[in-house]
Amino acid sequence: MATFTLPKNSTISKGKHYPAPHGAKKVRSFKIYRWNPDDGENPRTDTYDIDLDACGPMVLDALIKIKNEVDTTLTFRRSCREGICGSCSMNIDGLNTLACLKPIEDVKGEVRIHPLPHMPVVKDLVPDLSQIYAQLRSVEPWLKADTPPPPDGERLQSKEERAKLDGLWECILCFCCSTACPSYWWNGDRYLGPAVLLQAYRWIADSRDEATGERLDALEDPFKLYRCHTIMNCARTCPKGLNPGQAIGEIKKMLAERQV
Amino acid sequence: MSHSTGESPRQAQLRTPLGRVRGAGSAKSGVAHWWGQRVTSIALLPLTIWFIASLATSAGMPHHVAQAWIGHPLNAVLLLALIGLTFHHIAAGLQVVIEDYVKPEGRKMAAVLAVKFACTLLALAAALAVLRIAV
Repeated sequence: MATFTLPKNSTISKGKHYPAPHGAKKVRSFKIYRWNPDDGENPRTDTYDIDLDACGPMVLDALIKIKNEVDTTLTFRRSCREGICGSCSMNIDGLNTLACLKPIEDVKGEVRIHPLPHMPVVKDLVPDLSQIYAQLRSVEPWLKADTPPPPDGERLQSKEERAKLDGLWECILCFCCSTACPSYWWNGDRYLGPAVLLQAYRWIADSRDEATGERLDALEDPFKLYRCHTIMNCARTCPKGLNPGQAIGEIKKMLAERQV
Repeated sequence: MSHSTGESPRQAQLRTPLGRVRGAGSAKSGVAHWWGQRVTSIALLPLTIWFIASLATSAGMPHHVAQAWIGHPLNAVLLLALIGLTFHHIAAGLQVVIEDYVKPEGRKMAAVLAVKFACTLLALAAALAVLRIAV
């Protein structure tokens, strides 16, 4: 059966507490999931009390402040700090989002931070994404065309054709959606998940691509595609405001239309 | 349905992530199941309302009147359609639930088959009950 409880070596214990410096007025607690593969210990939740008067506005600012000034062992991914690289995706206050786009003020009370749900953890807030990257690779997310491009220019699209890619090209592959999807939690080894299916549809919807049929063939599978039960956690959690569930619905519609 | 290739756990771990994800490829099916679920649910809406309304108005009906009602060709055909669609829909829906939650592969397959057998037998029994009165 699907596993609904944590195995013994994954239960989370109470961790260390790092109090705020004396004289701090605007103190906020950050409760952060910690796990180190090298020490043989169970995961724990460490509490860091941070003076918000001496910290930037976003959750990522607090994480960087903790790593720089309080506890250098805290491990997380980040790069652009402006919501375009997709590195700092994590579960903040119960919702998957980008730490760099999440204002601390949006969270009431203590700020609970966990890695993206249901992925193997490399360390602390860093999930192992190798399977989901392989799934992305498996849908061949690049232009496939037999017709050579015009010798004197680029492959052209009308404005209407280009508009079909809106809501798709903006995906930054942070995988907040896939790791928020219960279907992906239970069957992630075979279900491609919302992020990868949105990427697949991005190429199915591209007027310049000539492999639409092949792409649909590759997705027509009870597990790769049809594990989507329109739970819609994907659209609720997407930090870029996209709707992967709708993209999956379009794929299902195209598959039905070519057969029914 | 199965993508397990009988590898030992060690071999499974040494296989590349892309190899594992591609697995045995696409089953090239699923449209009929998905479409069938939607069509049966829409068809069942009016049928179920008709059936419940008929039951409600037949309270206290004498036995021979009830038999005559079932025996009426229109009612008998609609009842048979209701039986077929209901059990088809139940089997399709339960199959999805089993595929979602039941592991490993062997137990999943056994559960899906059990549901399909049970639904088929129940549908046949219900249809026979109608036909014995109607024919």
